Amino acid sequence: MATTETPVRPGATRAVSSGGFSDWLDRNAQHIFIWPAVVMILIFSIFPLVASLIMALSRIRLRGGSYQVRFVWFQNFEKQLFGSEQFHFLGTFGGMSILGWLVAALVTGGIVWWIVSYVRTGFTAIGFVGRLFTWGFCLGIGWLIAATFFSGHPFGTLGTTLFYVIIGCGVQFLIGLGLAFLCSLPIKGRSFFRVVFFIPLMITPIGVGYAFRMMADTTKGPFSPAWQWLGLGDFAWAADPWAARVFIMIGDSWQWIPFIFVVMLAALESVPRDYVEAAQVDGASSWEIFKDITWPQVVPVAATVLLIRVIEGFKIVDLPNIMTAGGPGIATESMTLQSLFAWRSLDLGQSAAVAYLLLFVTVVTCVSFFNLVVLKRLRG
Amino acid sequence: MSSRTLMQRLFEPTSIRGMAPGTKVIVYAILFFWTAFVLFPIYWVFITSFKTATDVNAGPVYLPFIDFQPSLHAWKELFVFDYEDTLRAYMNSLIIALSSTAASVLIGSMAAYALARFEYKPKFGTVLMFVLVMIGAFIAVGRFGVDWRLACASGLAVFVFLAMALGRYFKARLSNGDILFWMISQRILAPIVVVVPIYMMFQQVRLLDTHLAIILTYTVINLPIVIWLMYDFFRSIPYDLEESAQLDGATRIGVFWDIVLPLSRSGLAATTLLVMILSWNEYLLALFLSTSQAQTMPILVAAMNAGERGILWWSMSVVIIVMIIPVIVLAIILQRYISKGLLLGAVKG
Repeated sequence: MATTETPVRPGATRAVSSGGFSDWLDRNAQHIFIWPAVVMILIFSIFPLVASLIMALSRIRLRGGSYQVRFVWFQNFEKQLFGSEQFHFLGTFGGMSILGWLVAALVTGGIVWWIVSYVRTGFTAIGFVGRLFTWGFCLGIGWLIAATFFSGHPFGTLGTTLFYVIIGCGVQFLIGLGLAFLCSLPIKGRSFFRVVFFIPLMITPIGVGYAFRMMADTTKGPFSPAWQWLGLGDFAWAADPWAARVFIMIGDSWQWIPFIFVVMLAALESVPRDYVEAAQVDGASSWEIFKDITWPQVVPVAATVLLIRVIEGFKIVDLPNIMTAGGPGIATESMTLQSLFAWRSLDLGQSAAVAYLLLFVTVVTCVSFFNLVVLKRLRG
Repeated sequence: MSSRTLMQRLFEPTSIRGMAPGTKVIVYAILFFWTAFVLFPIYWVFITSFKTATDVNAGPVYLPFIDFQPSLHAWKELFVFDYEDTLRAYMNSLIIALSSTAASVLIGSMAAYALARFEYKPKFGTVLMFVLVMIGAFIAVGRFGVDWRLACASGLAVFVFLAMALGRYFKARLSNGDILFWMISQRILAPIVVVVPIYMMFQQVRLLDTHLAIILTYTVINLPIVIWLMYDFFRSIPYDLEESAQLDGATRIGVFWDIVLPLSRSGLAATTLLVMILSWNEYLLALFLSTSQAQTMPILVAAMNAGERGILWWSMSVVIIVMIIPVIVLAIILQRYISKGLLLGAVKG
């Protein structure tokens, strides 16, 4: 630019001379950049949310191609939470067993301890109100699990969804992190492993569902000789609630571990090598290096990737639909699937009510997780 | 953050102390076990696509040419006899996934760039008013059967009037952070919550079972991810470069197109790949929004469970195999740009 001696540089003259439309564009760039996204999100989120809510509060009948809408307030939700659909959504309640009472007491005690320690360490009004939701939610879920699972009664779609999300995402995170750690070690062939481990993410979830259904088939699947040999040739895993749930979880993990693996590998590799080398010179063991140097550096990434996984995990529908169609009974039905089935039987009100309950559960979980874990980790 | 590139790191001596041989064996054992776990289902799907119904039903056979004679009947069935349906679904999927990916990456990175560089201060009161007026309009449509065009138009008119009349009394303002949180939080919305209203919406404008409807929907559901990933990526780009370009007379849009986007290639590549995978494989929304003409591949796969004939394992395997191809092609194309891997720019803050 040393040769330019005119006060106005060439580019500037061009911009001024073109004037008109491009000038107008430039002045309004601030709005042009953001409005497309805002308008699209507004149209696709506010309207459907309100419409869904109206549907959830109504009884809708399809008669000869037109809808008959009757406003019934919270009857749909009542039916799900306390009425004839309670077994489907929450689970079957009966007497609580000793183990159930014990778990319930543990959960309650834990939450009381959490409240007390929060109030004693620091206390803001907004923080307290926000945490009230989290506490109430945890308490409710804890008692629900104590009253159904730990008391020997089947639980409903809420429990199943939480099983997929909490146990499933936890397992996926641990395995993904472990594999990423192994691949970040100085070993031969890690480029090969990182390509291979990424592949399952590319396969359509429907395909994963079918593939695992084949895998798990005890008569025609590849492992059927092993099943025969174990004397389990007649074992129909799809008829056993827990076997079916675990199989779906394995399929889901097979697909999503690569996601966590890829992200965590990138995070582990961005840890400055100098720190690690300095610690190695000082004679720290691998575990110490991981715990004290690597982990604190990757924890923000870990929290975020877990949050993304949990958000997506709540939406699980393809795998249970393909692998078991929600069966045996309702054992593997996720909330999305319950809503889908209700929609198929043209019960739009119930369908929307279940969807809204799912939305509530997801929002409380994710916002709690975001505020209590992710933000804290990001701030350090 | 270290300035060494991935390639440098791959080839430099990475550790001062080598691993003990025992540890090495365990590490390799785990990695090879996982490789087998990952590859075996894919292998099984692959060989199943060459099996006949008898091969599948008689019990497991593992090795082509040794255990069983591979046959191309399933491939023929899909690509010769039924090629119209298959190709239509395939083209639908390609058109929908590619256009919605392009649209959401473009619109999303524009919004992310705007939030990273400009300052927005919408008034809280105005926003709240807009939402309330619109909710009122929807309720008028939903409960009292007012025509939706009329309701939306009069709602907008009421909002503009109120905003002009009352706007100056509102003091509280929102910030970029609030807008960002609002946009990202849309990802929490499970598709099942919004799909029926979206279905009715497209029914009203007669767009059901068209590409446009699905493209629009996918674009919107993927916007939050793009904004989330690109926002922090843009913030990590130094502002000086853009400022000096502006001093040279470049427009904001020119700066964005010529400087910012090329600089964020790696983030864009990773985001594009992720969004492409998500929209290519999406099932639930496509199930609602397409009936025949706009049917996508996942719907075709799901339809392989054909009633009385049971599951057509062989055809389904063919479809799964051909569905992986575009994603792998895209991954290979984008792979050289993805140096730091998915998401990393976004979450380092």
